[in-house]
Amino acid sequence: MMMAVIQTRSLTLSYDTETVIQGLDFTLLENKITVFVGSNGCGKSTLLRSLARLLEPKKGAVLLNGKDMNSLKSSQVAKSLAISPQGPIAPEGLTVFNLVKQGRYPYQHWYQQWTEEDEKMVNSALENTQLTDLMDCPLDSLSGGQRQRAWIALALAQGTDTILLDEPTTYLDLRHQVEVLDLLFDLNKKEGRTIVLVLHDLNLAFRYANQIVALANKQIYVQGKPEEVVTRKMVHDVFQLKCEVSTDPIFGTPFVIPFGKGRNLYESNMSV
Amino acid sequence: MNKRITFRSNRGYYSFLVEKKTLTVLTMLFVLTGIFLVISVGVGSTIISPIEAMKTLFGYGFDQHTMIIVDLRLPRVTIAILVGAAMAISGGILQGVIRNPLASPDIIGISGGAAFAAVTFITYFSETLSIKWLPLAAFLGALSISIIIYSLAWKKGVTPIRLVLVGIGISTITSSLTTLMIVLSPYSAASQAYIWLTGSIYGSSWEDVIALLPWLIIFIPLAFICGRSINVQELGDDMARSLGSHVQLHRGILVIISVALAGSAVSIGGAIGFVGLIAPHIARKIVGSSFGSLLPVAALIGSLIVILADTVARTAFLPLDIPAGVFTAGIGAPFFIYLLYRNKNF
Repeated sequence: MMMAVIQTRSLTLSYDTETVIQGLDFTLLENKITVFVGSNGCGKSTLLRSLARLLEPKKGAVLLNGKDMNSLKSSQVAKSLAISPQGPIAPEGLTVFNLVKQGRYPYQHWYQQWTEEDEKMVNSALENTQLTDLMDCPLDSLSGGQRQRAWIALALAQGTDTILLDEPTTYLDLRHQVEVLDLLFDLNKKEGRTIVLVLHDLNLAFRYANQIVALANKQIYVQGKPEEVVTRKMVHDVFQLKCEVSTDPIFGTPFVIPFGKGRNLYESNMSV
Repeated sequence: MNKRITFRSNRGYYSFLVEKKTLTVLTMLFVLTGIFLVISVGVGSTIISPIEAMKTLFGYGFDQHTMIIVDLRLPRVTIAILVGAAMAISGGILQGVIRNPLASPDIIGISGGAAFAAVTFITYFSETLSIKWLPLAAFLGALSISIIIYSLAWKKGVTPIRLVLVGIGISTITSSLTTLMIVLSPYSAASQAYIWLTGSIYGSSWEDVIALLPWLIIFIPLAFICGRSINVQELGDDMARSLGSHVQLHRGILVIISVALAGSAVSIGGAIGFVGLIAPHIARKIVGSSFGSLLPVAALIGSLIVILADTVARTAFLPLDIPAGVFTAGIGAPFFIYLLYRNKNF
């Protein structure tokens, strides 16, 4: 696996004329799980895409091992980091095996399409994600959680040290969300892979992240260990949400309870 | 892993992975194509038995059979095989590039451009210029309309959706112009134009085969080499780029391959467009959507459809010789619907 140190240097990102991220300096922690949080449209996904060289910076640069990513060969970047985009698409009838095999693309040539290394990496990616038995099934016949695991397997087959995932738990029920996050947690714990996620569920984010990066106003509002940086003020400033910050009764990590309306059984005049 | 066969050279310099099912299907399709070839060269106003036809094909037949088969029917069947394969591969590539199952060579203006140019040629130049220039005119028409569509769709790169929308727009314009041309032209020219538009390989000669073959020899292997990059493009532009593919460059090359194959096929066979739509679909239902398997299977299915269609077209209403295009849909569509029905929970 190739080590990858990812940094941004006065990075400004924009879509057409609208600036989304302005002058950002940031270094990704290696061998840790980092989660980007922030309100809708704050630029989490945009930042993630630019870290994977999918979006060209308006100004500044994304550095990979100290070198401007844009000056590197595409296949070199592809061997250093993998990204699983939000809501990925696959052609009808594509099997799990044929999807995961694509992870070997940066290593292959037209005359060299299935080396022993390719075979080894694809098999171990399937095993790691417990998809070996399902490898001949079409992707569209799988459950949401299995499908997400297949995309993670593709990233694993790519053999990169760093894996970026844009909202990998969206559209999954709670059980499958936990299943996917557990898988990523294991990959980080056992193999030391650097995992970067965009997540919307704050409580799960705080449970799994070694480091959270909260984005607001085109900048990083705060970054650090969830237990050190999550406060009522922080949640309010980042999400414009009033809340109570408690502690997860099982994991001890910060636990956000949003204010708002709803049935309140503690209020005496509330009819059940 | 027993569903797949690995081929590796001693030092691992060459390595390929082939699905067993694909090999089985390809073998069956090859045999079928051979059988239909023999039957097809045998039938017509003079019926020659398959055994006699085989003998003739290997050079041991009667002289009059040799004349009928080798000079008249074989070039036509060969053209059917080539045109079918070229259209099918072209359509398969476009469906992958555009990520839309309704894509076919029509969508990037190949049929529309070729039709417009061919009808213009038939209407205005057929009296002054020899008919043998018609394929060239059709090819140039296909090429220029595709270039126009591709450049209009370009905005810091081409996205599939822009390509489809611009393609549909321009194709509508070319088809109205073609209709206008037919309405304004004399009766004999109009009827000739109409046959061309339906798609006919009537009167194909060995010269046509020689004109078409180089395109296929160059571009079909290229298509197979590029199969890998269609596979990653089908996962979306972001995914393809993050896997290290040069998406825009590869997309451009794939469209060029597709235009070259369909353009050359259309120039000889007329607007036999339906094959390009249906053959890749049938192939996908049989061997799945991996392009290494899909393209060769689609090519043979395309060949089979055109041989069958043309054989029916020239024999069903003897002595009338009907354009093959009338029957490509008639043969391809029911088979496709059968496959859909069989895999309805797929």
